[in-house]
Amino acid sequence: MLCDVCGKNTATVHLTEIIDEQMNELHLCEECARQKSTQMESQFGLSDLLAGLADFEKPAKKLETVSLKCENCGLTYNEFKKIGRLGCGECYSAFKKYLVPLLKKIHGSGQHLGTSPVRGTKILRKKIDLTTLRNNLKKAIETEAFEEAAKIRDQIKELENKHSQNDDEVKKDEA
Amino acid sequence: MKLNDILNHTSEWLKGEGPNSNIVISSRIRLARNLDKLPFPNWANKKQSEEVLKKVEGAIAGVDYLKKTTVFRLEDLDSVDKQFLVERHLMSHEHAQKADSKAVAVDEEEVISIMINEEDHIRMQVMQSGFNLFEAWSIINKIDDLLAKELPFAFSADLGYLTACPTNTGTAMRGSVMLHLPALVMTRQIDRVLAAISKLSFTTRGLYGEGTQATGNFFQVSNQVSLGLSEDNIIENLNGLIRQIIEQEGQAREVMLSRNRSLLEDRINRAFGILKSAHIISSQETTELLSMVRMGYDLGIIKELDHRRINELFIITQPAHLQKLENKKLSVQERDVKRAEIIRSRLKI
Ligand SMILES: [Zn+2]
Ligand SMILES: [Zn+2]
Repeated sequence: MLCDVCGKNTATVHLTEIIDEQMNELHLCEECARQKSTQMESQFGLSDLLAGLADFEKPAKKLETVSLKCENCGLTYNEFKKIGRLGCGECYSAFKKYLVPLLKKIHGSGQHLGTSPVRGTKILRKKIDLTTLRNNLKKAIETEAFEEAAKIRDQIKELENKHSQNDDEVKKDEA
Repeated sequence: MKLNDILNHTSEWLKGEGPNSNIVISSRIRLARNLDKLPFPNWANKKQSEEVLKKVEGAIAGVDYLKKTTVFRLEDLDSVDKQFLVERHLMSHEHAQKADSKAVAVDEEEVISIMINEEDHIRMQVMQSGFNLFEAWSIINKIDDLLAKELPFAFSADLGYLTACPTNTGTAMRGSVMLHLPALVMTRQIDRVLAAISKLSFTTRGLYGEGTQATGNFFQVSNQVSLGLSEDNIIENLNGLIRQIIEQEGQAREVMLSRNRSLLEDRINRAFGILKSAHIISSQETTELLSMVRMGYDLGIIKELDHRRINELFIITQPAHLQKLENKKLSVQERDVKRAEIIRSRLKI
């Protein structure tokens, strides 16, 4: 049977329409049924049927949510939705796609701006020190305090060396 | 240190010292931390929980700054002991529920407490007397840094510290201030204030944390947002909000004093009178009357007493404290008699 509206596709949605106490049968293809959805909903009260269609429309996404699972601790996304607690730190990357919007909803942001575990903050502090030292160097040169400037230059070099060592360590840790 | 040593000691936060101690009881900062890769307490098996417990205990033992802390395993404590720690705000009510692989580390001054295997692997808190969030932050920040050297924390550059509940992700920090707001309650302005607090994304709770009702005019105000702001920003925002609440409570006290002095004196002195003479008294009534007495002292209506003695009475009249003092189990009726007896003896001048 072909669709009553477009006359091209096979009709898979069969409805009984009652307008002014007249009963009409309506046979639609999925696409036309969806297009007329708002109109149909008010006339037939078809929300259930259309909800079913919506599910059918995105089978891939639906399946992915169901099977989404943290490989580290075994918690599934559905379990998380039920209990409201994550299973481990790795869950955050496993469920990232759904979790980040949720975090934005809760906190109004998805970006951490606070402290990092010690190693990170140390590097940060050194960077600030380096800026101060460079400013001091500039001042020393401007006032022609060359002995002082040489000292500061050595300090900067030393710090820069430590810096690159630290960065290497971090990279090693992450690998 | 034994648990009973705590009983005869005044917690730092109860000393009634510190800035604005006429309105602010205490300031507290809590940080949640988890160990990388290991499942969070609610999702971990026995073996994993034991592993976490041992690692964190080991880390605490390895930090010199924490050498005055004692770790209590919850399985070694009876129900009164656990309730006792909850009443002193050294651990949460939730933590006391199941003993499995759980512990709490407490320092002698009761400034620091570290819960192991609560909702997160580590929940550390620092409490200070009065309005003192910045001092609490500087202490806990130091402890956090020292523990981070010993333990690999679950952390992501984008999302910060990773916690069991997404409402704590990011800084995983909760700053709380315990306020005594009798005048805002009596002048019926408290609902307006509480509504403003929640509009600004801060929460209000009672004396004993989540889900508890505010009794005796005590309110605990905390930040709700933990992601997208630095710790300093969160504390500054909370600090600014508390400053305004303090101002409003102060004004409400002034107004009552100038417009209804007799009425106020009557209520305060009646409350003091009942406490000094009652022979049976419930915990609820005690808290309410002590609230009046505390305000009476702050307004100069009651001259004897001091914050420390009043604050202590709030705590030692709690059920587990009474039973620890008597060193035996007491029924509700027995407690009401014992409570009245202790209050009478402590208020005798
Ligand atoms: Zn069609
Ligand atoms: Zn996981």
